[in-house]
Parts: sequence; structure tokens; C-alpha cells
Amino acid sequence: MKAHRKQPLYLAFLLHRVSGLALALFLPFHFYVLALSLQGNQKLDSFLHWSQLPLVKFAETGLVFLLAIHLLGGLRLLALENLPWSNAQKNYAAIAVASAFFVALGFLLRAF
Amino acid sequence: MSSSAATSSTGSIAVSVWRGDARHGNFQLFQVPQQPSQTILDVVTWIQRHADPGLSYRFACRVGMCGSCAMMVNGIPRWTCRTHVNKVLRDNRLTIEPLRNMPIIKDLACDMSEFFDKWKQARGQFEGSSTRDQQVAALSPGLPRRRIADAATECINCGICYAACDVVSWNRDYLGPAALNRAWSLQNDERDCAGEQRLRAVAGDAGCHQCHAQQGCATYCPNELNPTASIAGLKRMVSQAWFNKGLACHPGKKCGLGKRHA
Ligand code: SF4
Ligand code: SF4
Ligand code: FES
Repeated sequence: MKAHRKQPLYLAFLLHRVSGLALALFLPFHFYVLALSLQGNQKLDSFLHWSQLPLVKFAETGLVFLLAIHLLGGLRLLALENLPWSNAQKNYAAIAVASAFFVALGFLLRAF
Repeated sequence: MSSSAATSSTGSIAVSVWRGDARHGNFQLFQVPQQPSQTILDVVTWIQRHADPGLSYRFACRVGMCGSCAMMVNGIPRWTCRTHVNKVLRDNRLTIEPLRNMPIIKDLACDMSEFFDKWKQARGQFEGSSTRDQQVAALSPGLPRRRIADAATECINCGICYAACDVVSWNRDYLGPAALNRAWSLQNDERDCAGEQRLRAVAGDAGCHQCHAQQGCATYCPNELNPTASIAGLKRMVSQAWFNKGLACHPGKKCGLGKRHA
């Protein structure tokens, strides 16, 4: 990474951008699974059976992390742009990452 | 720096300096004697005086006032006259390049015209309504808007924030942190009377809404200004203007919010 980018809020930007792109890539798959439910119980059930595999559960945990970090990071940006300025942006970004991590961890613990 | 100063050196630094112009160039290595309290500008000056008189670079005040000496030092934009070598030296090596995001004229001197043109595009000039015959307006230092303007006013036009900003490199039209910071300062100046036109100038496609709030500008600004905060202020001001009455529009022209009105 270029030297001038090695600062926490650039990483926050990168995380927001990458999580947004990853979620956008996931969306068609999400819609595909929803569409399966319209094609009858059997198809959906066979898919849901597959989703019980541990590997899929881990992948879902990653997805939950992406969703949480994108949501919380987005809230930070909305606050930054619409509320009076606060100098604690690095702290807010760190809180967003930590909270997203705990949300994902909570999901993982419940998944097994 | 005199050659007698060079003899009191404590070792030597391997300095890679960018040589070339806008079309081509590469790094040239110099061994520069290390001195106590040496700045990056001292290093560059030593090279020009003792190793290669053809080296081009820019400086004027040498005390952090004029903003002309900024360069990329080990990949980070810095004011070289106030950057001490021992703060940035890594493995006894330095890499010095011209500022990022500006066309190179020669070696370490870059062309700052675009940077200053953008100040004009952002209406960075004060526009008052009183004449020289009238009394100077008295503004108490404690007034809230004066304090906001003051916080953004100590810019030395060094271009460091502009070089640190990735949005400038992605969108060549983006007005950039310094011009927008200047606009914000003027928007909070009670005596200025061009607020509406300025708001339109900074609300367009290349204006404040492009900023991703990465805060590279605020991280590296040598005067510890925070252009990101100023840009966020402009964004709020544009939204408020839009909610209150919309931005004033001229027939046939795109307004500050990017709409074309009949
Ligand atoms: S905060 Fe905005 S203006 Fe400052 S470096 Fe980042 S994108 Fe550029
Ligand atoms: S805002 Fe700071 S970094 Fe940018 S030009 Fe002004 S003094 Fe330099
Ligand atoms: S030479 Fe004037 S700011 Fe460095």
C-alpha cells in the first residue's frame, strides 16, 4: 500500500468500499435463493440442507461481518456529513469495526 | 549549507531523488552527509550545492510560512523546510519526489497552476461589499462564525493536502481539500457577500460531495488544519440551502445541485 494511505481512516474507507462491493456481488445469489422458495419446498429445502455445512456457516459469518461493518460505517459517514463535526472519527471507525466483529462472533456462536 | 558544516557530519544518508520532467525520469542516488538538526530541505540544498547544481526544486522562506517547499518524502507529502531528517529516516535511506497529483516541471519542482486555478473556481477570493472609505467591520474573536472561519484560515497553500488526496488523483476536476477549505472559511466570514455564488461553485460535480472523508488531507496538513471538517461543513450548508429554498438558479445553466433549469 502506498505510504500516504497508511492511516486509519483510509483503511476505514477501504473497508466500507470493499464491504459494499462484496455485498453487491452477493445480492444476485441472495435473490437466487429467494427465487428457489418460489419454485417449491423441495428445492429450497435441499439448498437449506446444504447451508448447514460448517464451511457455509463460516462464509455466512463473513457475510454478517460485511453487512454490519457496512451499516455501521455508513452511519458514521452519515453522522460526519450531517451532524456538527467531531474530531473522534478514528474512535468511531474503531468502534464500528469492533461492534461488527462482535455481531459476527455472536452469529457464529449461535450458528453451531 | 557550507562545506565546513559538511565536515561535522555524523555519517551519510542514501538519498534517492526523482530526476526528470513530465514525460520521463527516474531516481538518482546521492550520498549526503548527515548533520545535527538537518531538514529535508537542507538535504536537497546540499545535493544542489555539492553534488549536482542542475537539480531543480522550490523553496523561499525556509521557516514554514510560504508553502513552496513541499515534496513527497518516503511517499508522504511534507513541508521539507520543517521536516527533520531524523524523524523520517528509515534504514538510513530517504526517497524524495515532487508532490503527487501535480504535473512535474523538472526534478522536484511541480506545476501548481491547476491547484491555484481551483482556488479561483471555488471562489476562494474574499468579496466584500464595503469600500475603503468605510470603517473596517469589527468582528469580535469570540463570535461563533468567526471562530469557525479562524479554524480554517491558517492555510499556507503548500499543496500537501492536494497531494495526499486520492479523490484528486481519481477525478482530475475535483476542487480538492485546500480550495474547499478556503471556501468554507469565507462562507463563515460575516463580511463576505458572495456566499450564494460560492455555495453553487462548491456544490457542483467536482465539489464538496466528491470527498470520501478519508482524511488524508487532515492527517498530513502541516498546519494541522482539517479540510475534511470544512468540506463536511460545506456539505451541510448545501443541504440546508437545498431544504430551505434550493440554490438560486440561472436559466439554461446547471445549478450548484447539478440541475439544468429552463
Ligand atoms: S478527506 Fe476528502 S478532501 Fe481530504 S483527502 Fe480525503 S477525499 Fe480528499
Ligand atoms: S490546508 Fe494545509 S496542507 Fe492544504 S494547502 Fe493549506 S496548509 Fe497546506
Ligand atoms: S520554504 Fe517556505 S514553507 Fe518551506
